[in-house]
Amino acid sequence: MLKIDNLSCNYKQIIALSDVSLHINRGEIVSLIGANGAGKTTLLRAISGLQKIRDGKIYFDENDITKLESHDVAKLGIAQIPEGRGLFSILSVEENLRLGAYVRDDGEVRSDIEKIYAQFPTLREKSQEYAGTLSGGQQQMVAVGRALMSRPKLLLLDEPSMGLAPIIVEEIFEVIKTLRDSGTTIFIVEQNAFLALSVTDRAYVLENGKIVMSGDSLELLKDERVKEAYLGA
Amino acid sequence: MSEFFGFLLSGVTVGFIYALVGIGFTVIYNSSGIINFSQGEFVMAGGMSTVFLLKAGLPLGVSFILAIMITSMIGIVLYKLISFSKESSQISLIILTLGFAIFLRGLAEVVFDKELHTIPSFVGDGSFDMFGTTLTYQSILIMIVSIVIVTLLYFFFKKTKTGQAMMAASINVDAARLMGINIKKILMINFALSATIAAIGGILLTPITSTNYEVGIMLGLKGFAAAIIGGLSNPFGAVVGGLVLGILESLIAGYVSSEYKDAVAFVVMLGILFFMPGGIFGNTKAQRV
Repeated sequence: MLKIDNLSCNYKQIIALSDVSLHINRGEIVSLIGANGAGKTTLLRAISGLQKIRDGKIYFDENDITKLESHDVAKLGIAQIPEGRGLFSILSVEENLRLGAYVRDDGEVRSDIEKIYAQFPTLREKSQEYAGTLSGGQQQMVAVGRALMSRPKLLLLDEPSMGLAPIIVEEIFEVIKTLRDSGTTIFIVEQNAFLALSVTDRAYVLENGKIVMSGDSLELLKDERVKEAYLGA
Repeated sequence: MSEFFGFLLSGVTVGFIYALVGIGFTVIYNSSGIINFSQGEFVMAGGMSTVFLLKAGLPLGVSFILAIMITSMIGIVLYKLISFSKESSQISLIILTLGFAIFLRGLAEVVFDKELHTIPSFVGDGSFDMFGTTLTYQSILIMIVSIVIVTLLYFFFKKTKTGQAMMAASINVDAARLMGINIKKILMINFALSATIAAIGGILLTPITSTNYEVGIMLGLKGFAAAIIGGLSNPFGAVVGGLVLGILESLIAGYVSSEYKDAVAFVVMLGILFFMPGGIFGNTKAQRV
């Protein structure tokens, strides 16, 4: 579904990604783990068209999307929950959700908002409040809900666990599992390697802008090098 | 007392015009971070185009519509210049708008002339007697049209998909892009919208104060002051800022001396920048200007 060939990006003068290749099959849930500054966010930004690409290609459903502008990437069905959630803080929760459906023009936006409220009942209570006034966990729910409102084919998540209490993180990952079971293809970027490896099918390990390892998530969990570098064992 | 109401009402009338210009500043600033110093020239373009279209014998309604269209095209031209500019730092883009303003002034001087022009009131020269003072129909028209514009803008930002996209883009550009919002298109709409509102202000004002090619300098600065007082990022703050400014000016001109009238805007603006740099309603992006 998504295929990245030899992608290289610079961030300012620094090489952020060099020669990164990976692929994600339809219906899969894949993670990219790596330390802070490894280039994970840059990769997601490149896929979404927010980051200039120096070299390499990105294909989505066989189409070359390397040079597409971000709004066109979104229209193809790639949604991203960016680092720090990127909520529209001074708009209401409901307005945020509605903006998630910006690319759609069917008549089912209202019923989809109801579905999000059914999944996250807290958001129904807070629907008219400014998104910026919600707690971190609730904001993450809005971010997830907003991304789902576009009915994405591929969902990109940038550090869904960042800054959240463990119990909230668990809740968010439960939702991610439900999404996977409903057939959404998901790509998660995570610093919390244990969490990412335990919910995903496959994973890539990014170090200093290069993919250094890849494979079945459960096998990576047992891998000595991964254990040492990322699982603190 | 009747004198006071007289000053108050004329202050409100002019204040609404400052408000319309100020709204233009906030709309562009919100979406691009640029302070558009051509805003006053948009007002001039609206007024001067109307004068000359009327002189050419076109009916009132047609002249208004054409003048607004001409001005919004000028807004789009400015957007195009900015988007083609290789220079991306905001300071250089702000200087670009300043240069564009000077260009527009020169263009108006060549295409039109240097004379002072006025046009008859659109609603006749009649007036009401209120609170012991008179209020002309044109003043009432300015108030009504301004209130209608502000109300329409509110619903536009709150209830329409494009308006919400503009809000989203002003809050978080990257997130807006991820929603599938075409930022370039939104920016262009913002410039056209600012120019349209400014043009309407310029048209409404011409029967009261008359216009010439350089009327935009002072109006632009007053509108800028209105926007700063209201907190640069809030269009509805600019309305309050414009009214405060218009009323203060009118009172100072009436009770002290009209010599000091133009100083009011800058004294108030400096006061705001010193003591509450975010402006009265600048809750969203309170930062040092």
